[in-house]
Amino acid sequence: MTAQAQQAAPVAVSVEALAKRFTMHLQGGIELPVVENVTFSVAKGECVVLGGPSGAGKSSVMKMLYGNYAAGGGAIWVRHHGEMVDLVSADPRQVIAMRRDTIGYVSQFLRTVPRVSALDLVAEPLIARGTDSEEARERARVLMARLNVPERLWSLPPATFSGGEQQRINIARGFITDHPVLLLDEPTASLDALNREIVMAMIAEKKAAGVAQIGIFHDEDVRDAVADRIIDMRQFAAAAA
Amino acid sequence: MSGPREDDQPLLSVRGLGKRYGDRVGCRDVSFDVWPGEVLAIVGESGSGKTTLLNCISTRLEPTTGAVRYRLRDGQERDLYEMSEAERRLLMRTDWGFVHQNPADGLRMSVSAGANVGERLMAVGQRHYGNIRGTAANWLERVEIAEDRIDDRPRDFSGGMRQRLQIARNLVTGPRLVFMDEPTGGLDVSVQARLLDLVRGLVADLGLAAIVVTHDLAVARLLSHRMIVMKDGAVIEAGLTDRVLDDPQAPYTQLLVSSILQV
Repeated sequence: MTAQAQQAAPVAVSVEALAKRFTMHLQGGIELPVVENVTFSVAKGECVVLGGPSGAGKSSVMKMLYGNYAAGGGAIWVRHHGEMVDLVSADPRQVIAMRRDTIGYVSQFLRTVPRVSALDLVAEPLIARGTDSEEARERARVLMARLNVPERLWSLPPATFSGGEQQRINIARGFITDHPVLLLDEPTASLDALNREIVMAMIAEKKAAGVAQIGIFHDEDVRDAVADRIIDMRQFAAAAA
Repeated sequence: MSGPREDDQPLLSVRGLGKRYGDRVGCRDVSFDVWPGEVLAIVGESGSGKTTLLNCISTRLEPTTGAVRYRLRDGQERDLYEMSEAERRLLMRTDWGFVHQNPADGLRMSVSAGANVGERLMAVGQRHYGNIRGTAANWLERVEIAEDRIDDRPRDFSGGMRQRLQIARNLVTGPRLVFMDEPTGGLDVSVQARLLDLVRGLVADLGLAAIVVTHDLAVARLLSHRMIVMKDGAVIEAGLTDRVLDDPQAPYTQLLVSSILQV
């Protein structure tokens, strides 16, 4: 993978004139402009942080980058299996394939699944990519141990875990694969100082491995430590209709 | 999952499907594809046409207009309604499963659990009693029915057990496509969770394609990759499941999503 990575063009994600507005049909069709003309690109091995105050559209952009929100216009080019593919116009199956192999996501909140253990939840993205399930679980154990998730919790479904424990499960799930693009939506928000340090080290390792990371971090110390660039989202504020 | 994949062709293609009951529209102008290994949810409220649609695409109800094409194991694509009755029946026995909301509609209530599962194997030509019983026992275990219940009849089972038995009966022949009509419909919430987890695991392990009709958006979120929202017999919105639920575009979908009670 490394030889290939060095030869390929460095851009992993290229966002062009991306726009988003919400139409609230239940409120008489009110238009909520969010962002317009969002344009930036992220190279392999780079960590770009989306900055700006609450309401600037950081999370909306993040969700569009994962295909979770529909874009109102523009393009999101992602290097997927060596080719630039536009996530905005990709069909659902293509988006699923891009999520499986290319775009990883660490959300702020864990979506728990009834009866699925923390260990299996963390191992799942690897198994989905064809890794042997015992090997995937072994890597999940290593990662959960590193993130100080108490071993007695591993076999339990995380629905009843604390916020910080759930977040570390979420981080482990996002970091376990070698997706070339990783989206980090406030991964350190409810972590203590020790675990925050560990996540920062993990982000640095991903950078060294050539992973393109795009993140939202409210914690200034973390942001300053991990960001190669901060993109102020206020410059892309959409004009009210 | 790496390497060449044989899923670049849809398994099932629905085009311009419509069903009228006299003047009344059951469903109209529905088109979609289902690929191997993919779970599609069809959601909507009562009377939205989702069950009519499910019946039309599973040969249980002849559509008024449109076509349903299915790719057989040999790669050949056939229009379901141009096949003979015998061919369609063979398909339903071997390549398809159909999980009814009410397990009594999909099980034989007066024969044993083991026979309910074994019967499907016999229908595809298996004759060796020991093998059939062994496979049945294995499937009961996979759906978490204790081995010592193999000779009990489903009428003595709880609702959740019956539904799990119906799933085992459907999956034992290794179908490629399973239709599910409100599979968690009549079950208590805790039983639903167990069943959903089971279905989710089986579908992923077996690489099944499934079409799940449900009015429950949480079921759609948990089980499906893609979803179709129906109202008054027509498709209102379609797309990636989490996109439709988290950023619904159509007014009706916004209403449905915003009507979910938060706990």
